Amino acid sequence: MKLFRFRGGVHPESHKQATGSKAIEAMPLQKRLYVPLQQHIGAPAEPQVRIGDQVLKGQLLANSQGAISAPVHAPSSGTVIDITEHTAPHPSGLGVRTVVIETDGEDRWQDCQKTINPFELDADEISARVGAAGIVGLGGATFPSAVKLNLWKKHPIYTLVINGGECEPYLTCDDRLMQERPDEIIDGIRIMLHALHAKQALIAIEDNKPDAIERMKVAAHLFDNVTVVVVPSRYPMGSEKQMVQTLTGLEIPAGKLSADLGVIVHNVGTAYAVHSALRQGRPLVSRIVTVGGGAINTPRNLEVPLGTLVSAVFDYCGGFGESPARLLMGGPMMGQLLPHAEVPIVKGSSGVIALTEAEVAINRPRPCIRCGSCINACPCGLLPLEMAARSRKGDLQGAVDYGLMDCIACGSCSYVCPSHIPLVQYFSYAKGELAARRRHKQKADETRKLAEVRMQRMEQEERAKAEAAARRKAEREAKSKQEAVV
Amino acid sequence: MIIAITSLSLLGLVLGLMLGLAGRYLKVEQDPIIDEIAAMMPGSQCGQCGFPGCVPAAEALASGSAPVTLCPPGGRVLAEELAAKLGVTVDLSAMADDLPAMAAVSEATCIGCTRCFKVCPTDAIMGAPKQIHTVFKEACTGCKACVEVCPTECLQMHPIPVTLGTWAWPKPALAA
Repeated sequence: MKLFRFRGGVHPESHKQATGSKAIEAMPLQKRLYVPLQQHIGAPAEPQVRIGDQVLKGQLLANSQGAISAPVHAPSSGTVIDITEHTAPHPSGLGVRTVVIETDGEDRWQDCQKTINPFELDADEISARVGAAGIVGLGGATFPSAVKLNLWKKHPIYTLVINGGECEPYLTCDDRLMQERPDEIIDGIRIMLHALHAKQALIAIEDNKPDAIERMKVAAHLFDNVTVVVVPSRYPMGSEKQMVQTLTGLEIPAGKLSADLGVIVHNVGTAYAVHSALRQGRPLVSRIVTVGGGAINTPRNLEVPLGTLVSAVFDYCGGFGESPARLLMGGPMMGQLLPHAEVPIVKGSSGVIALTEAEVAINRPRPCIRCGSCINACPCGLLPLEMAARSRKGDLQGAVDYGLMDCIACGSCSYVCPSHIPLVQYFSYAKGELAARRRHKQKADETRKLAEVRMQRMEQEERAKAEAAARRKAEREAKSKQEAVV
Repeated sequence: MIIAITSLSLLGLVLGLMLGLAGRYLKVEQDPIIDEIAAMMPGSQCGQCGFPGCVPAAEALASGSAPVTLCPPGGRVLAEELAAKLGVTVDLSAMADDLPAMAAVSEATCIGCTRCFKVCPTDAIMGAPKQIHTVFKEACTGCKACVEVCPTECLQMHPIPVTLGTWAWPKPALAA
């Protein structure tokens, strides 16, 4: 198959050897699980259980709210002991509403609705079951998968792309999943193809995963419409836009979705979760997590029940050889900085990484020398140096004019900058500030409407009062006239 | 000479007529910038700026007698927009300290006097006589009108809590 090249990109050291050859192990069940009610993009889920309730594994804890949301299920059986604020796996260190479960150690599943043949179900039923299973994009973006499975109603979908790129350094969770459970992944892919009414599925895997490619090819050869495509290893190959461009040669226009081009992208982990949800009726209650980084004694891949604390995962992997300088959830290029290790594993946790001082290599930023390295590295064809200069001076509109909203925050520019300028951090700041302004403006518009309605009401009341007074006066006068006549 | 006099007076007459017509048909009642500024203001007529409402404040802004930082509910964003509109430079360092706040009723001390919701410019407080009142967070603009009328000081301003949805990365430290 002919492949296309996306511009820019970088080749960071992969660091995948430490975990890529080790089989996935099950993380032992912890005494307490902290299950956040927002593990996805969209509205937080609303609790359906009360403190003191007994729950079974897979039982619904909180229901999705609104069109873009996802439900949350109990990762093991036990008792709900609290519904409270617990630190979210997020750089802010802020709290998120969390259901705390004390596990009973039995890990007893609830009765699951098994499907013998999901291909007899219609598309709506499949996407409804995927939604009810709480499945979100497991590559890390955590967008509710059911919403994406419904996109065929708006745009005809020709190709389903399964993202096995895993271009982030250190992470091997998708690699191991493809090596160990290829048949289940292919089954999930075929169910999604059926739901999307799509013609073909392309499984894109970077060429640094030969074992995964081999296994997936063997599993896929029975099906004509499922093809394994080997793509070159280059960061950010695993980004949706870059992957679609590599496979189809089409660039997703600014502000459009890949669905506009007739392509939908799902992660391999999501395909596996779809298989579990439809064949076994099991909701998403655990995921494969790469535990890595130079500070970890025995890095490996674990199947972790959601809600397990990161600190417990680190302890199970032998703790730290040297004290970590930085904790990350996800990969080192786009992952989230963790405030501390007492945060839970969530649906989007592809890895937890403890980096040493030497791996972090903090350099003091120096002035920009306008060398243009960032422009060559940018996979979106933007001018990071110009955008950063404008963000720094507070000229956010100027940064937007230079294409800030097309930035995918991949960090390639920061990675190559010889002056160590935190370019992508400037863009995160600018995007956050712009979002705050949008919220402010929205609120101001709402306020104006409220104030206007109030003014109208006050005027109306005033008028009603005046009219009533006039009426009373007229009545009084009429009465006194009558009396005078009498 | 006659030609010169006639042509000049004709010219004067025609131009004068045009000016007169323009004065009648293209008349501007009010400086249009006032309307434009008034449209940018929050419109809650809260009076924190010291003017009786948003339109008088807009007039003062247009005439240059009030600073662009006058509107506390509008905050830093509005001040920046106003500065861009009026073409003035502005020092926003003082405004940055003033965090947006929101009113909240302390339920232990509320006596249900109904004074606060009568003055709220955006109907953000609900209550009834002898019932505990409450503030709709979405509608409160932080104008403090209710704080001033509350007889038991149970209405207080609180900083708006940062949530996961509103948190954003701070600006990176400047390059050396």
